[in-house]
Amino acid sequence: MTYVIVGAGPAGVVAAETIRKLDPHGKVVIVGDEPEPPYSRMAIPYLLIRNIDEQGTYLRKAPGHFEDSVEVVHGSVASVDSSAKSLRLSDGREMAYDALLVATGSTPILPPVPGIDGERVTTCWTLEDARKIAEGLRPGASVLLIGAGFIGCIILEALVASGANLTVVEMGDRMVPRMLDETCGAMLQDWCREKGVNVMTGAQVESIEHRDDVAAVRISGGREVEAELVISAAGVRANAGFLEGTGIELSGGAVVVDRHMCSSVPGIYAAGDAACGRDFSTGDYSVQAIQPTAVEHGRIAASNMVRHGSVTHQGCINMNVLDTIGLISVSYGQWEGIEGGDSVSLLDRDGYRYISLQFAGDQLIGANTLGITQHIGVLRGLIQGQFRLGHWKSRLMDNPLLIMEAYLAATQGA
Amino acid sequence: MSWTRKILRVNLTEGTLNVEPLNMQWAAEYIGQRGLATRYLFEETDPTCDPLGPDNKLIFATGPLTGTMASTGGRYSVITKSPLTGAVACSNSGGFIGAELKSAGWDMVICEGRSPSPVMLHIVDDKAELVPADDLWGKSVWEADKLIHQKYNDPQMRIAAVGRAAEAGCLYSAVINDLHRAAGRSGVGTVMASKNLKAMAVRGTLGVGNIKDPGRFLSATTEQKKVLAENAVTGQGLPALGTQVLMNVINEIGALPTNNMKEVQFKDANKISAEAMQEPRESDGKPNLTTNAACFGCTIACGRISTIDREHFTVENKPEYWGNSGGLEYEAAWALGADTGVGDLDTLTYANFVCNEDGMDPISFGATVAAAMELFEEGVITTEHTGGMELRFGSSEALAWCAEKVATGEGFGADLGLGSKRLCEKYGRPELSMTVKGQEFPAYDPRGVQGMGLTYATSNRGACHLRSYTVASEVLGIPEKTDPLSTDGKAGLVKAFQDATAAVDSTGLCVFTTFAWSLDNIAPQVDAACEGDWTPERLLEAGERIWNLERDYNMRAGLTGADDMLPKRLLKDAAKTGPAEGKVSGLDVMLPEYYELRGWTADGQLTQDTRSRFGLPA
Amino acid sequence: MLRSLNINPDKCTGCLQCEMACSFENEGVFNPAKSRIKVFSFHHEGRFVPYTCTQCDEAWCLHACPVEAIKMNRETGAMEVLDAVCVGCKVCTIACPFGTVNYNQSTGKVIKCDLCGGDPQCAAACPTEAITYVDADATGLDKMRSWAAKTDNATHAN
Ligand SMILES: Cc1cc2nc3c(=O)[nH]c(=O)nc-3n(C[C@H](O)[C@H](O)[C@H](O)COP(=O)(O)OP(=O)(O)OC[C@H]3O[C@@H](n4cnc5c(N)ncnc54)[C@H](O)[C@@H]3O)c2cc1C
Ligand code: SF4
Ligand code: SF4
Repeated sequence: MTYVIVGAGPAGVVAAETIRKLDPHGKVVIVGDEPEPPYSRMAIPYLLIRNIDEQGTYLRKAPGHFEDSVEVVHGSVASVDSSAKSLRLSDGREMAYDALLVATGSTPILPPVPGIDGERVTTCWTLEDARKIAEGLRPGASVLLIGAGFIGCIILEALVASGANLTVVEMGDRMVPRMLDETCGAMLQDWCREKGVNVMTGAQVESIEHRDDVAAVRISGGREVEAELVISAAGVRANAGFLEGTGIELSGGAVVVDRHMCSSVPGIYAAGDAACGRDFSTGDYSVQAIQPTAVEHGRIAASNMVRHGSVTHQGCINMNVLDTIGLISVSYGQWEGIEGGDSVSLLDRDGYRYISLQFAGDQLIGANTLGITQHIGVLRGLIQGQFRLGHWKSRLMDNPLLIMEAYLAATQGA
Repeated sequence: MSWTRKILRVNLTEGTLNVEPLNMQWAAEYIGQRGLATRYLFEETDPTCDPLGPDNKLIFATGPLTGTMASTGGRYSVITKSPLTGAVACSNSGGFIGAELKSAGWDMVICEGRSPSPVMLHIVDDKAELVPADDLWGKSVWEADKLIHQKYNDPQMRIAAVGRAAEAGCLYSAVINDLHRAAGRSGVGTVMASKNLKAMAVRGTLGVGNIKDPGRFLSATTEQKKVLAENAVTGQGLPALGTQVLMNVINEIGALPTNNMKEVQFKDANKISAEAMQEPRESDGKPNLTTNAACFGCTIACGRISTIDREHFTVENKPEYWGNSGGLEYEAAWALGADTGVGDLDTLTYANFVCNEDGMDPISFGATVAAAMELFEEGVITTEHTGGMELRFGSSEALAWCAEKVATGEGFGADLGLGSKRLCEKYGRPELSMTVKGQEFPAYDPRGVQGMGLTYATSNRGACHLRSYTVASEVLGIPEKTDPLSTDGKAGLVKAFQDATAAVDSTGLCVFTTFAWSLDNIAPQVDAACEGDWTPERLLEAGERIWNLERDYNMRAGLTGADDMLPKRLLKDAAKTGPAEGKVSGLDVMLPEYYELRGWTADGQLTQDTRSRFGLPA
Repeated sequence: MLRSLNINPDKCTGCLQCEMACSFENEGVFNPAKSRIKVFSFHHEGRFVPYTCTQCDEAWCLHACPVEAIKMNRETGAMEVLDAVCVGCKVCTIACPFGTVNYNQSTGKVIKCDLCGGDPQCAAACPTEAITYVDADATGLDKMRSWAAKTDNATHAN
């Protein structure tokens, strides 16, 4: 068997390792187009604040970890011939496969704004981006961040820590609208303002004019901000262009997979940010674009590549944790709630603490929290375990902070 | 070290808070908690002050071992001048708030003055603030606890509060912490309420460090925990049966005061004993006792967690009383039960819950009800006074009714809230009050356990068993058996116990450890934790110093040797049944001997010589 | 033979000796607020439940970590956080369905039970044997781990 994995991010790396374990004799090839050893994008913010060096971002630290067990190829896959079961790299090399994994992740998309391609504008997605940003970051530097979504907010922390003078422009009506409810998002915004970060919501960048030593950014409502560095974090698109011609089914640009992580074309699997996979809570198919999901996908896809049908995906639970200048927010599953479901929330605005729980019947299905970190993971346990809470539901409705107690009661009959 | 060396001073009148360094010179002499706080009280208050006036102070004090891994190292004490006795009050409590306060970085909190309106003291580590508590006033301890937890959304927060009884002026109000642990005696809760301080809420996340020799401390505490585990009382009796293990024992030796101490044995003792608490009930098949529970750091775990039968008349319409809460310990079971003649376990548990919920000392409450019952049976108190309730010995209804009345201070509850002494005086029969210095007796009849007569008479906080628990020796044979019916050697025994206990009460440890530990076991733990050299001898000396300081405070407050007196009933009316039949208390023999051993004058005054021997303040 | 912590809540008295032992071992102070084992108290039910990481087979925390900062100690079977590598992203704290990895704001890293390198201090300190350190087979671990299975993202065909 020859397994080829395209993309050396977390999804690809975990898949390769899993295959190696399940099929010790198969040939495993991992093709990646970035020059560095496989690394974690998630670690980039910590690189920016110099908590770690580049090595600190590497997915695997042991020297020779990959080379000893799989074949590592540097290169970019340009096309796939699914009927011939082969692929071609941009440098012309060709490669045959029995099973192929698309773990190519995604690429940031730039908003269609005049001047967005100027040299003071960058994304924050790769190590290369990180180097560029690090160069421009210094205390007092004026930085403008486009987008206060999850990725935007993740790097916001690092930008503030570097001492930059930061302005954030977000199109939506609140921060992280796809992760936090209105209360939570608004509190986060208050928090940022309190920490001296100017966050404009409901605002759009209209143009960027590149002057000598600054970029003049025009923002809707007639405002203008001068920035030495503009960072765009305004959405991503899956890297699936090279699959053109295979007839593979895509949704929003990402590969649609079934519950075995297999695409519409047999023998081709997909995982991570490039895959439109099953959501545990809704049963729908979507791109969650988070690291734990990439890892989970990689593992399950690998099992099925070795023995198709061996593992069925129940769906990943969507979950995020965000640290915004010391204020930690979390979301799980269906934090927006469902029609006909119950919900409870507890708010301490001054203390920046918030929790909201969403129920379907007496089961927990989603949660948002702010400023609460202890035993937070148990929310996952409660949601994914689909525990019937019985009378503990009313106790939670009375005091939603008793999540740990509810969990123990559900699992241990406490 | 192991002291945090920090005091929080709260001026309730001004609403100001200040941080002060702990007086380490005094700590070296008075250890901590009971001793050290008394030293501060002595220094800072006029002993003749009105206990319920702004000049009195209220001190929450931890010991150097509070919050450490030493077994039972979770204690704190509330020190003030008592409104019940007019003497120094020091009430010791377990639970968790003591350790929490220490973990927040405080050895002591000194509250002075009086707030113009209800407030709560809120402490989170080194941040402390006074918060308006108008919304908490008029609420029970349990309600206040819930509201405070809701307000701060922190299930880990530890809370001490006073209930409606204290607000209504009940003179034996307790400070209740962690819902059912009490700094129970002498009306320390009444003082707290008089200052308009409804509650103290504490969260400590700093931890307790500064251990002089951590390695030695760990091995010393581990070794001493083994001693507790291997001891029959602390290793088996107390965890399994609680202090209630004593009910049948004390009844058998004829020292279980019954019906306001008219008798010394109770026919229904076995129905309210530890063993009875483990019997499955008919209604739901569950026993009264759910489990035992520990205070912070305690490896004994004598605490009782109990339920009341849901169908019992006291709670059938009160679902909030259906869950588990702090159950009966011996003194409470005795006061609420034997002393009132009530032999119904559920009613006792209910009355105990009410005492916890609204902050009353169950010993003083039960004993006051017992006095009221005698007054009723004598025809002095009538249904006109009570509004219809017949206060008869043995009446469960009467007991439950009294608890509810005192809890709120309504109607006859106000009279009961005066305590036995003032109640009997008010109704013209002072001789029916079973008190010393105005404080009600606990559960050992001095006619059957002679040492306890002297213990009660000389206790610095009024009648109290915990000042020198000679029962250990006279009944249990710890450290060696003495004859409970004899007065021989009891003066020395009492003095030795008083001094040792004063030391233990000042360390942060629980006095129940002394069933297994002597100062020889405690000193190595203190020594490994605290700066300086702490030998058993030094601890004992500190204990004696503390005892004399308390006595000195009382004398300055206007008490005299004449207050070291037992009620006539115990001196004149002989025990009618049991092994002590025909006996009265031999206080007259023991007291002079005791004074002499203490180095006091024949009328019980401290001499200049004693003062200087212990370096007491002039 | 790997050993593991066996917790029997029925025996727990809520004394918190375990929390103090844990915090003292790991933080050098007696500080339940910094303990990796936590005793939950159920006042209404009269029950105390000590709770910490079961070093579960799934090791959600380990797999979720983007930088390999959580490693299994082969001798003890414990998932250990390598402080020097942890970047503090907290993903493990939301990934562990038992809620037993916690973020420590003062260090910017996470903390979890590491079995004290094979001599768990909580078990040593527990006076009632509510926490014991025993052969993995003999524990109720299977039961505890079956909750972990409930969180699995996959069902296995075989
Ligand atoms: C700054 C930042 C912070 C983040 N923080 C978090 C966080 O806190 N929590 C969280 O859960 N998620 C976070 N994420 C998201 C997370 O990093 C992604 O979900 C995760 O990286 C997805 O993994 P993947 O393996 O699917 O894709 P990727 O990690 O993107 O890896 C895909 C790899 O494939 C390569 N590739 C693409 N096309 C080709 C091709 N044709 N040929 C060869 N190679 C190709 C790419 O260059 C890349 O190296 C963050 C992302 C960023 C950028
Ligand atoms: S911390 Fe949680 S996920 Fe990690 S090993 Fe322990 S129980 Fe498993
Ligand atoms: S917080 Fe540390 S240990 Fe946890 S996932 Fe992030 S880097 Fe790994």
